[in-house]
Amino acid sequence: MSAERRGLIFQLLGIAAAFAILVIWLVTADLTETERQTLDPATILKYTQQHLEITLISAVIVLLIAIPLGILLTRPSVRKAAPAVRAVANFGQAAPAIGVIVLLAFWLGFGARTAIVSLVIYAILPVLSNTIVGLQQVDQRLVEAGRGIGMSQLAVLFKIELPLAVPVMLAGIRTALVLLVGTATLATFINGGGLGILITTGVNLNLNVVLIAGSLLVALLALTIDWVGRLVEQLARPKGLS
Amino acid sequence: MSDPKISSTSEPSGNVTGASIMLEEVTKTYPGQKKSAVGGLTLEIPAGSIVMFVGPSGCGKTTTLKMINRLIEPTSGQIVINGEDVTGMNGDELRRRIGYVIQAGGLFPHMTVATNIAMVPKMLGWSKEKIAARVDELLELVSLDPELYRDRFPKELSGGQQQRVGVARALAADPPVLLMDEPFGAVDPITRQRLQDELLNIQSEVQKTIVCVTHDFDEAVKLGDWIAIFNEGAQLEQYDSPERILANPASEFVENFIGSGAGLKQLTLTRVNEVELLGTVTTTPGKRASDVLSQIQGAGRKFAVVLDSRGRPLRRLDRRQLSRAEIIEGTYDPDLPVVGEQATLNDALDTMLVASAESAIVTGPRDVFKGLITVQTVMEAIAAANASMDQDHEAPVGLNSGAINVVDIEQGSSSGESA
Ligand SMILES: Nc1ncnc2c1ncn2[C@@H]1O[C@H](COP(=O)(O)OP(=O)(O)OP(=O)(O)O)[C@@H](O)[C@H]1O
Ligand SMILES: [Mg+2]
Repeated sequence: MSAERRGLIFQLLGIAAAFAILVIWLVTADLTETERQTLDPATILKYTQQHLEITLISAVIVLLIAIPLGILLTRPSVRKAAPAVRAVANFGQAAPAIGVIVLLAFWLGFGARTAIVSLVIYAILPVLSNTIVGLQQVDQRLVEAGRGIGMSQLAVLFKIELPLAVPVMLAGIRTALVLLVGTATLATFINGGGLGILITTGVNLNLNVVLIAGSLLVALLALTIDWVGRLVEQLARPKGLS
Repeated sequence: MSDPKISSTSEPSGNVTGASIMLEEVTKTYPGQKKSAVGGLTLEIPAGSIVMFVGPSGCGKTTTLKMINRLIEPTSGQIVINGEDVTGMNGDELRRRIGYVIQAGGLFPHMTVATNIAMVPKMLGWSKEKIAARVDELLELVSLDPELYRDRFPKELSGGQQQRVGVARALAADPPVLLMDEPFGAVDPITRQRLQDELLNIQSEVQKTIVCVTHDFDEAVKLGDWIAIFNEGAQLEQYDSPERILANPASEFVENFIGSGAGLKQLTLTRVNEVELLGTVTTTPGKRASDVLSQIQGAGRKFAVVLDSRGRPLRRLDRRQLSRAEIIEGTYDPDLPVVGEQATLNDALDTMLVASAESAIVTGPRDVFKGLITVQTVMEAIAAANASMDQDHEAPVGLNSGAINVVDIEQGSSSGESA
């Protein structure tokens, strides 16, 4: 526990230090006019905001789909369908993200909306499978004990199964978020906005500073989201579990 | 303790808060299985008694037990509790009126002891104050200090303590019926014995109807008012008091099941306080030895028992020791064979054998001297118990409808094979 806490603190310090170095480097570097314009703090802030928006909207949609689906697939009556659904979700993740995004764009049109749809497809699997695994690893005797003392199926789900599945589910959600932050970079290919613009601009106009700054910002954002996820995991872990 | 709102099914008669249970031709056939796990079982479980289910693994004990609270729905037949047919009622509501204890307690690991115990009262809408008071009362009942244990999580308890909390949770809303599935299977033998004794103590207070599945025939003998011995398909081989099952096993199956120790198992059936104890000459330190010697000679005894000022036995002195001494000594003999009056005859015999004595001193509450028990008393008690077998109460009803059919089919198939 304390080791985990220490890990969290180190991670936060590392992120802060890396960010500080990036800022100092950008401030002191000898930038061309185009570079200066592209890396204007207000612009970067706007891109970051877009990036987070795409990420969070997709994340919310992922949760809204994957958690209920995971719960459904662990109910005795539909348990048999679980492998098939997981195979589909697996396919969503295994397909190259860039391919999915571009193909969907031809079908649904270019823009942030399509980016979100493809991100959702891409990130469903970790949440879905961790919800299923988290619920499956709950001791069936506890479920039976709950039913045995007169709890309804729904009460057992919300008071016993889900609380006990929370640690595993949160780990899946964190994985999905990190995936989403990284993959949201691709949104720029279909005019979806986000920090990816810095990277494409850097590549297209051969502006190495912009390319590096963009990549680092995405990485730092992913690490920050990961940190928040870990923090939530620690705080939300039910007491009484070792 | 009983809450009239909750135990609506119980009809208080004297101390008994338990409800009678009647299984009527109950059958359970699991989907996709040809043979029934429970076949046409009719079983009467008298109010306020402890009924033990025993039988080989897979014979349908758990299935039968879970059909009483409808965790498993019977394929056919009725379950009647206190005259009310509960086969059609809402299962969740039914289960809130029936305590349920499983192996290792089945406590919810993410809830404190108090929250675990409070589950059913909460569902029944009790007030916070009433629940808190009830939690403490129950923890006391199962010998756990509320101050110490109320706010602990299950993983912070020993196995035996978890099991106790499991029993407390089952008793929370004062249900008339308690179902237990191998409740003491996961604890070490010493803890198990203590938990068994405790359950008997609790039962003498609450007088529930308890149905308990066990693998351990000795446990069944110790705890059960009645024992149901099942064969495959929950076919009742015998349903009777422990005494009569031991004395008259109904079939070879039962004989094999209770094992070769059956003759001696009578010893665990009778407690020391149920047999007549022998009086003897007692004395206290400081008396003249010659006086005591003439007393035991007059009474025809072999020895005198020395008691302390509170009537607790210190040692015993035989004629030879008395003739040598002048004044009775007050030293304590740690090897003195002593048994409590709650001990079984088995315990008493053990004590005598260990001390190589043909009698043991019996003590009552606060270790006060009660009398002597001898090997002869034990033997006579066994003989008397065997003789009185037939005068016992009538056993409750228990049979399988179509049982004869099943036997026919089995014989038919086996003869078919040999033909
Ligand atoms: N959910 C189920 N689905 C199908 N068959 C089952 C199910 N539960 C039990 N059975 C079968 O029903 C029979 C009786 O099982 P049950 O659990 O009642 O036995 P038991 O007497 O409690 O055994 P044990 O002493 O091993 O606990 C067994 O043959 C078992 O395989
Ligand atoms: Mg069983």
